[in-house]
Amino acid sequence: MSTSTKELRLFDRDILFSAGRDAFAKLDPRVQVRNPVMFVVGAGATLTTMLFFDSLDGQGEAPAWFIGAITLWLWFTILFANFAEAMAEGRGKAQAESLRKARTSTAARLLKDARYSDDWQVVRSDELKTGDIVLVETDWIIPADGEVVEGVASVDESAVTGESAPVIRESGGDRSSVTGGTKVLSDWLVIRVTSQPGESFLDHMIAMVEGAARQKTPNEVALTILLAAMTIVFLLATVTLLPFSLFSVQAAGAGKPITVTTLVALLVCLIPTTIGGLLSAIGIAGMDRMLQANVLAMSGRAVEAAGDVDVLLLDKTGTITLGNRQATAFVPAPGVDVKELADAAQLSSLSDETPEGRSIVVLAKKSFNLRERDIETLGARFVPFSARTRMSGVDIQGLRIRKGSADAIEKFVQNEGGSFPEAIRRSVDMISKQGGTPLVVAEGSNTLGVIQLKDVVKGGIRERFGELRRAGIKTVMITGDNPLTAAAIAAEAGVDDFLAEATPENKLALIRKYQDQGRLVAMTGDGTNDAPALAQADVAVAMNSGTQAAKEAANLIDLDSNPTKLLEVVRVGKQMLITRGALTTFSTANDVAKYFAIIPAAFASAYPQLNALNVMGLANPSSAILAAVIFNALIIVALIPVALRGVEYRPDSADNLLRRHLLIYGLGGVAAPFLGIKIIDMILAAGGIA
Amino acid sequence: MSGQDFAQIGFYLLVLLAAVKPLGAYAARVYSDGNPPFDWVLGPVERIIYRAGGVTAKAEMTWKQYAFALLAFNGAGFLALYFSLRLQGLLPFNPRGFVGIEPHRAFNITASFVTNTNWQNYGGETTLSYFSQMVGLTVQNFVSAATGMAVLAALARGIARRGTEMIGNFWVDLTRTTLHILLPLSAMLTIALVSQGVVQNLSDYRPATTLEGGQELLPMGPAASQIAIKQLGTNGGGFFNVNSAHPLENPTPVSNLLQMLAILLIPTALCYTFGRMVGDVRQGWALLAAMALVFVPCVLVTVWLESGANPTLADLPIDQGLGNMEGKETRFGVVNSALWGVSTTAASNGSVNSMHDSFTPLGGLVPMFLMQLGEVVFGGVGSGLYGMLMFVIFSVFLAGLMVGRTPEYLGKKVEAFEVKMASIAVLTPPAVVLLGAAIATATPDGLSGVQEAGPHGLSEILYAFSSMGNNNGSAFAGYGANTPTTNMTGAIAMLAARYWVALPALAIAGSLAKKKLLPAGPGTLPTHSLLFIFFLSGVVVVVGALAFVPALALGPIAEHLVVAGN
Repeated sequence: MSTSTKELRLFDRDILFSAGRDAFAKLDPRVQVRNPVMFVVGAGATLTTMLFFDSLDGQGEAPAWFIGAITLWLWFTILFANFAEAMAEGRGKAQAESLRKARTSTAARLLKDARYSDDWQVVRSDELKTGDIVLVETDWIIPADGEVVEGVASVDESAVTGESAPVIRESGGDRSSVTGGTKVLSDWLVIRVTSQPGESFLDHMIAMVEGAARQKTPNEVALTILLAAMTIVFLLATVTLLPFSLFSVQAAGAGKPITVTTLVALLVCLIPTTIGGLLSAIGIAGMDRMLQANVLAMSGRAVEAAGDVDVLLLDKTGTITLGNRQATAFVPAPGVDVKELADAAQLSSLSDETPEGRSIVVLAKKSFNLRERDIETLGARFVPFSARTRMSGVDIQGLRIRKGSADAIEKFVQNEGGSFPEAIRRSVDMISKQGGTPLVVAEGSNTLGVIQLKDVVKGGIRERFGELRRAGIKTVMITGDNPLTAAAIAAEAGVDDFLAEATPENKLALIRKYQDQGRLVAMTGDGTNDAPALAQADVAVAMNSGTQAAKEAANLIDLDSNPTKLLEVVRVGKQMLITRGALTTFSTANDVAKYFAIIPAAFASAYPQLNALNVMGLANPSSAILAAVIFNALIIVALIPVALRGVEYRPDSADNLLRRHLLIYGLGGVAAPFLGIKIIDMILAAGGIA
Repeated sequence: MSGQDFAQIGFYLLVLLAAVKPLGAYAARVYSDGNPPFDWVLGPVERIIYRAGGVTAKAEMTWKQYAFALLAFNGAGFLALYFSLRLQGLLPFNPRGFVGIEPHRAFNITASFVTNTNWQNYGGETTLSYFSQMVGLTVQNFVSAATGMAVLAALARGIARRGTEMIGNFWVDLTRTTLHILLPLSAMLTIALVSQGVVQNLSDYRPATTLEGGQELLPMGPAASQIAIKQLGTNGGGFFNVNSAHPLENPTPVSNLLQMLAILLIPTALCYTFGRMVGDVRQGWALLAAMALVFVPCVLVTVWLESGANPTLADLPIDQGLGNMEGKETRFGVVNSALWGVSTTAASNGSVNSMHDSFTPLGGLVPMFLMQLGEVVFGGVGSGLYGMLMFVIFSVFLAGLMVGRTPEYLGKKVEAFEVKMASIAVLTPPAVVLLGAAIATATPDGLSGVQEAGPHGLSEILYAFSSMGNNNGSAFAGYGANTPTTNMTGAIAMLAARYWVALPALAIAGSLAKKKLLPAGPGTLPTHSLLFIFFLSGVVVVVGALAFVPALALGPIAEHLVVAGN
């Protein structure tokens, strides 16, 4: 997941090379038996190989070159499928390699007691057990996953997240979890180990990335059953052709019965080898795409469930709105010039380094061309925000300028001997109703006016929610704001619903409510208090920066800690299902053309009239059968990019999606092989196979 | 095809359509939890039956209990029928003194009637006593039909319910189907048929003098009552050997129309019943539309093909202006013969009023292919629709993947278990057809029945096993199927095709009943849209075609090309 792997091309040379090698290794029957469709191909290829050796003396059921060519392409079919899977795995392996480097055993200082000053002894990191306490100082690698119990430090987590900017880790709060393999850049941490040897986050990640821990997802299992059933039907349809053909030859008194080689060729062409060969590659590639998006899926099931989600719980801050509120207007009190208000507001904010404070300075500058002044040269004294007074401000040349919430300033003004004007109260209510946050500015006993701070809804988010709505996904905004403010922002952002004054309890209750309606709920969270809701949600994305509790409760971990990721997760989940469905349809639709190629070729010796079905005008029976088999093998290679990238997904209604995909993969699947087989046949004929 | 031909077909379809809603709604009330219609008169009878059988009507069953009851009941019926056929000579109502049936033949007949197939390897008037016909076969005609409808009712409940293991009570469904639906309709149809001249008596056969002065023996018997249920229950087993082509079984155009309507009456109406039971009648209409989408083109193609001349008769001095009349009754003509042929094979009825063997090669392909689709285009009473619902599960699974959601049908998630069961149900019929036909072409016993040389011979074998392996029962006359091998493989095919579809359907009912109901939204794939209707009928046709095209190429398609080439 280092940034270099992010740029990994679809067909990286190293991956191609090692995938080519793995394709042969995967010929092992113990590997093949897991895939019923390709196992049948393998059995058929083995059979024709024996027929080929049998035919070398010229006494075989067909010319040796024909059996040999069919055999060769049958083995290619299997190799191509193996290659697809190896390609998908190869991308993960490259990433696993860099993760492994981070996991190498290091020395660790084991503390006797959970205090910085306690005695310690050096042990190897892979000997650490859950509950051990270790000390990590500057430039040391954190030896195991754990919870910070003492200290604050900046940590480089790029080995895991690919993000080079250091992050702060400290005891208590929501930033207390650390990952083994990351590096302390400054200061020190006392850490309680939370993972057993070999079960760390990094171990888990490597296993997931390599596909070793991959289990078939529920829909993949169901699809495998369907494909196996289709394979059995085709097996019966081809095996019974032998007696039918014998009967027909006898009945017609002419021709030769169908050869076993042709039967095997027909069988392999008919069974869904395209989807059968690409199925596991699609699953692995889906996990891999999640990783490209820097989301670590704890199971394939979670990725698939993401595609089914119909309610998204989104945190307002960071997902729907930009992280910070911004000043958007100055509303002066009656009799106060707006410029005077802006000037006071700017003065009070000059030393206020919060984003809100900066935005007030900027707004004053933009609106009234008030230049920033240096607070030192003015001889002013900054009064920082405190939780007790709930206001901040500046003392300058005997003037006491303050800004803060309405009730805090009201108290301040009354203490100064003034009165709080009714008009200000009305402005405050008005701003709240519009979804803004009012900050009142006063100078001594004189109330100057109100600054309107507003949440800024992210650009394009409204359209995105509209798309989700059309795709049947309901969006719910979660915020700690009061209901008035929340309603206004919800309306502006275009979410379907909101939960105001959210607490862990009412979040959990909301999830349960939707689930009782039969809906699948996805949410993101980072804090320990999110853990119950995360555990309850069907798809739970935890921020990597979040607490251990949150990460354990989640089934997806967002390494970037970017709450918008949920939308990406849904897309990848859907893509994975669509790709499987589309290729199944394509694979089945291909059979039409293959029938037209093989049936006349196989039976025209008994009934020459069946040549009427040779609508493609294929050169001769041998070239027709061979062309169908070659097309069947090559189409797997041709579709590897689709399997790895996934079919493009645009949110739309189910009916429209089905129509589009049926047109592309259904009709396209009928048409493509007619063209492909004809072209291959022409090449074969030109090459002298006649 | 003339305007009159279209008018006949259109009239038939309209009358059928008009009956769908009233009969469908009536049947839905029969299967509802409340009191069924006409409870004031039929209720006491129903309760006597329950008391006699020790059935607690209110006690519902899990799918396994339901399946066990069904198998136990069908098993008991199997033994009773088998022994009554074997011991026919010792039993009453046997004016012609027919002897007991030999074991393999009795086994085949029994399997055939218990599974609602009514494949007949015998000629009724030369083999069976009135006792065998009435007590043996007619009883199975009723209860095998009722069994199929019961399974459908259970499946509909499974889809509609949530969070329960219970899918209804088999004994109640069986009793109510027979008492409230099949018996009243049969009684009405019997009287109507008798009015047209269908025989209904227990007399001995009657000697008669033909117009040419020759002597013949007219067969008699309780025909009308058996014919009514043979059509209504999609059984199809004729009272006489040539089935509804026989003048005493189907004497007039009116009796012909009534019987033809009776073939599709219940299968079409049950679509509406299903819609009612799952609380969304649009779903029922959608299924009906998907079936009609396959059926109507098949009717038009077959009528058109049969309206043309028969090329093999072209050299003979025969006026073929009326179309291919070989094997057809002059009182019915081409349109009513072809329409019947398509209806009887679309439904798993199997009664015939013409000889499908004599259809043109492609005209005969259509009925054969309709059976090979798994008898889901209308299909048998109950069984056709639950078979179609297995294809629906296939279709929603594939379509669901293509829209990027775990597939669901009517708010129920379709998962690995459902796909597995639906696969068994969809796979079994083609498997037994292909295997049965392959065994027949590979054994002397199977080949001995073949009448025609060339590709038509393969068509005969393929048709016979398509018929048995899909519980249809119609015959491509010409294939002599009464040999030990064919009797045994056929019986196994019939039993497999019946129970390996019905049991998976019940398993799905049980599994879906337990699941919670998901609310529909814009992301949910609508299963009543035109797109889905086309998709569903496409899946049905493609699955059938993929399994059978190679075999059909060596049979009817080769025959057509050979004949056309000459």
